[in-house]
Amino acid sequence: MRKAKAAEIGAEHVGKSFGSFAALTDVSLTIGRGEFLTLLGPSGSGKTTFLMILAGFEAATLGRLTLDGADMTLTPAEARAFGMVFQGYALFPHMTVEENIAFPLKVQRRAASDIKRRVAEMIEMVGLGGHGHKRPSALSGGQQQRVALARALAYDPPVLLLDEPFSALDKNLRGQMQDEVRRLHRDLGTTFVFVTHDQSEALALSSRVAIFDHGKLQQIAPPKEVYERPANRFVAEFLCSINILPLGGISTDAHGSKAQFEGQTLRMAANLGAATPNFALRPEYMTLHTSAPQDGNAVQAALVDLTYLGAESQLSLMTPGGVSLTLSHPTASLPEDLTPGTALWVGWSPERGIFL
Amino acid sequence: MSLLSRPALLLLPLLGFMVLAYLVPFLGVAAWSVTLPEPGLTQYQTALTDPLVQAVFLRTFRICLIVTAVTICASYMITLLWVRGSRMQRLVIELCILIPFWISVLTRAFGWLALLSNKGILNTWAQNLGFLTEPLTLVRNEFGVVVGMVHFLIPFAAFPLASAMRNVDERVLLAARGMGASRARVFAQVFVPMTAPGILGAALVVFVFALGFFVTPALLGGGRSVMAAELIYLRIFQSPNWGLGAAISVILMIAVGGLLALLMRQARPAGAR
Repeated sequence: MRKAKAAEIGAEHVGKSFGSFAALTDVSLTIGRGEFLTLLGPSGSGKTTFLMILAGFEAATLGRLTLDGADMTLTPAEARAFGMVFQGYALFPHMTVEENIAFPLKVQRRAASDIKRRVAEMIEMVGLGGHGHKRPSALSGGQQQRVALARALAYDPPVLLLDEPFSALDKNLRGQMQDEVRRLHRDLGTTFVFVTHDQSEALALSSRVAIFDHGKLQQIAPPKEVYERPANRFVAEFLCSINILPLGGISTDAHGSKAQFEGQTLRMAANLGAATPNFALRPEYMTLHTSAPQDGNAVQAALVDLTYLGAESQLSLMTPGGVSLTLSHPTASLPEDLTPGTALWVGWSPERGIFL
Repeated sequence: MSLLSRPALLLLPLLGFMVLAYLVPFLGVAAWSVTLPEPGLTQYQTALTDPLVQAVFLRTFRICLIVTAVTICASYMITLLWVRGSRMQRLVIELCILIPFWISVLTRAFGWLALLSNKGILNTWAQNLGFLTEPLTLVRNEFGVVVGMVHFLIPFAAFPLASAMRNVDERVLLAARGMGASRARVFAQVFVPMTAPGILGAALVVFVFALGFFVTPALLGGGRSVMAAELIYLRIFQSPNWGLGAAISVILMIAVGGLLALLMRQARPAGAR
């Protein structure tokens, strides 16, 4: 498989306003050559607006964009010619699969033999052999999205933009398509920018995740980093579940920090700054005990609800002070006789957790 | 579900009205065509062989084709602005499409006459300003008929075209532009083909409507470009040959019906998604 040309995109202080509404505020980032960047955020966070600005369908009201270092702020979409894959597939309904894939090649005035060879290659690549003469309406949703991918990649665009491409697909199919996109990215080496509101999709696919909220870029980092070291409370809470304990009476010594939570002393290996009154910990680092554990930190909490999820069960708990905790536990080793109201202990190692 | 389920029953009064007001009189006309002045198919023979009747049929067909082509092109551009223009453009176009419905076809034909006739506004101005020495013959010929008919029919084409254009997914157009296609290419190779079912439907409405036009050709054609409907009128009211008039009516009706059936079969696979 030959490697496509991949481009580097830069955004400097990009902003977009619709009237008095600021859809995007001061976004600066660099998308590296061949990177797989995911733009993640809730709806209305500005991630799609940013993608539309990258594609050239929307003009930024502030800031500038660069493509391989050259200014492209005012370059129209058709001159940028980035590949684009939409949620609704956006295939040409009046053309067959082959004609759809050939369209961008015809735009580039490639030779007919070249087009024919490339179309066959792309159909093979996305596993649609034998469907070339069908209209999009005769294909399933997953197949249509494969056609859209093939069409967007056929002409070796420097960048591929994907706008929530799989949100209309059911869960199993979505998993397949994610694998497919990852494979295409690996094989082609094109720069991919992928918009999604699905956290696990973002973590699974990308080399870096850019998290948006209220039109602002909250954090941009590799998946492991945004998950384990979120920059702020929004990022921490948006990416899967996290338990947050408000702390008081913070003191620091040579071994780390001590802090008070509901009358208990908690120890942390890390130094606490004065401005970090919240302790955050992912549920998978918490353990469940029926009595107070000897080592590490522990807080008492009463069981509120137990949700059976197959191999894992999810427990909702509440401390006497009214702080909600969530934790996952292997169903096989759950303590017996768990009913709402059962008093339990939740423990964790002092090395774990972050401060927000 | 049977055809006579409850919602279908509610349509019965309408069906009854259609039978009484259209089917029964039409069958009466069809009966005339084979009984007047004597029983037999002689009137059909005349209708299909008489050079005058043939000329009228040919002219009707030709004018209708021209009118349909011009109407669809003009209406397509107007509708494009109506559907995709700025707010102000939409409002203005909407008024331009709706207002003609409030004005009778007779008034509009007289309006064109006042504008286009030899001593009409246009010719007088052009002569007074020195652009013309002799008046241009703009009415009492096919040109006048086409102008009047196109003017009448544009709003009828606008509705099916608008609904087809509103069904075009904006993202498909964005996708095409994103792949480097110029606006002209997106329009010609994506937008127009995607609205093709609407174009076909609008053309059908306009063509069938145009076939039966009476007032506009009668006034703006000035008796020189007689179309089928006017010929029927002449045969029934002026040269009392009811049988021939009825036979022409039936032929026209069959032509319209056949055309409808053909085009609907043609339109279905493209329209079905």
